[in-house]
Amino acid sequence: MEELFRISYPVAAADYSSAGKASADIKRRLKQLGVGGDVLRRVAVASYEVELNLVIHSEGGELCLTVFPGAVQLVSSDVGPGIPDLDMAMREGYSTANEEARSLGFGAGMGLPNMKRNSDEFDIKSKVGTGTTITMRFNLSA
Amino acid sequence: MQEKRRYHSVRLDKDRCKGCTNCLTHCPTAAIRVRGGRAHILDNLCIDCGECIRICEYHAKVAFTDVMANIKAYKYAIVLPAPSLYGQFRDMARPEYVLEALKRVGFDEVFEVARGADIVTRAIREKLREPNQPRPLISSACPTVVRLIQVRFPELIDHIVDIRQPMEVAASVARAEFCKKHHCSPSDVGCFFVTPCPAKMTAIRTPIGQKKSELDGAISMMELYGQLLPHINEMLNDPDFVPATGYGVAWATSNGEANAVCPDNSLSVDGISNVIRVLEEVENDKLSDLIYLEGNACIGGCVGGPLTFENSYVAKNTIRKMVRHMSPEHPDTAVPSSMLNKYPTKNDLPIEPNTAEKLDDNIVEAMRKMKQMNEIIQRLPGYDCGSCGSPTCAAFAEDIVRGYCTEMDCVHLLREKLKVMAEEMVELAQSRRE
Repeated sequence: MEELFRISYPVAAADYSSAGKASADIKRRLKQLGVGGDVLRRVAVASYEVELNLVIHSEGGELCLTVFPGAVQLVSSDVGPGIPDLDMAMREGYSTANEEARSLGFGAGMGLPNMKRNSDEFDIKSKVGTGTTITMRFNLSA
Repeated sequence: MQEKRRYHSVRLDKDRCKGCTNCLTHCPTAAIRVRGGRAHILDNLCIDCGECIRICEYHAKVAFTDVMANIKAYKYAIVLPAPSLYGQFRDMARPEYVLEALKRVGFDEVFEVARGADIVTRAIREKLREPNQPRPLISSACPTVVRLIQVRFPELIDHIVDIRQPMEVAASVARAEFCKKHHCSPSDVGCFFVTPCPAKMTAIRTPIGQKKSELDGAISMMELYGQLLPHINEMLNDPDFVPATGYGVAWATSNGEANAVCPDNSLSVDGISNVIRVLEEVENDKLSDLIYLEGNACIGGCVGGPLTFENSYVAKNTIRKMVRHMSPEHPDTAVPSSMLNKYPTKNDLPIEPNTAEKLDDNIVEAMRKMKQMNEIIQRLPGYDCGSCGSPTCAAFAEDIVRGYCTEMDCVHLLREKLKVMAEEMVELAQSRRE
């Protein structure tokens, strides 16, 4: 499918003061493109969760929004540390968030499950020492 | 396609506008542009919050409201004061002093909007008992917040409670009771709201969620304040008068509504930028444990409205003290359930999203424009100085792709361009001499 628009946002590790800025911009742009309703709601939730995951768990990475004629795609890729046990990580309520993140109210262990629930296609690949890539697609209803 | 101009209470006084950028950068929906040496309000984006009225040093932003003479158009005139009016008078002990003063300046009858708030409180509480409500339900009382949701958070429209504003419910009751008592026709009676803000005036002229407002106009609190002052000395003496509860009066201040409607699990936010931040959280599904959200565009709630006279903190304190001495009865018992069936409390129209932020109706074309916008932004300095007349460099890029201006409207780009041209001229002159 021909890609029509792409923009990426660098996300720094542990930068809580900027957390949420990328997802806010993603929402704004989708609204300008005329993407609304249920899809926008789901992208909003998933993009916020994935951005926060980069801030809380990664050593830095980027979030990339691509818009196709029939779908919205979000790809988050980071440079580490990687997830040792993906099955465990996908479980509701399981979290490895540190004290700092927990003191800010994060770490409920709902991030990945929420991303999966809100996207139409969800894929996660991770290698310890290399990094994690999450790809989510949201279909635009015609 | 020519869209019909929307009515707005907030307008520009062209002669007073200096074309500065104060209002430009303070508008929460980026609805102002400075073109041709003066400000212009984009009427499809303006939500009548009145922030520009507060910020303009030259008083070039004004709110259009009804003048007192307009009440003469009706055989009888009922005045419906917002409870924030009570807070305008220092050490005001009871609403009845203000209500009597209102009658003395020329109104035939007075009906408290706080009583409308009592009825609305009950109606919302009934609504909260229905199953499968979105969480949180968002208050519909502040028309600026409702318009903000239409423009910037259209997917949250389903969260807005479909109950009318207190002033609307109050006007229905007031008119019906007056006509019954005085055996007159509803069209003989004009209902006028005493307003703390331009947004309510706009909501009367172009209602949201209602085909037609129950009110006939609104008079600015600021205008009425001076006229009422000399008459604040006696209490209303009317055997038929039914006072509002303290809960209804407390709607004048932030948290008053949330405390009446859902004290156990609600949140109240005041100030338009704070409301935007909290709505972002609702959008991210981070507040779905909340039952009710009260948002007020003005800091402190309606007592902080742009058309109020008294310092909002002082007014808030006046209301707080007044409420402490009022009946502690909750609207649940103070408002008879017959009221809810007898008068309309629900919206009769759906609330529609405002698509003014959309770049194009065609998504492919919209994406082409967005790509172009991004390329333009790369070339802009990113100072967000407003000299071009758009509030930010990003808004400027958007204005260019929408065809409202060109890149050379940016003074920084123009300077660069002139520098290059000057250098070329020098080179050309030198080459001619050789």
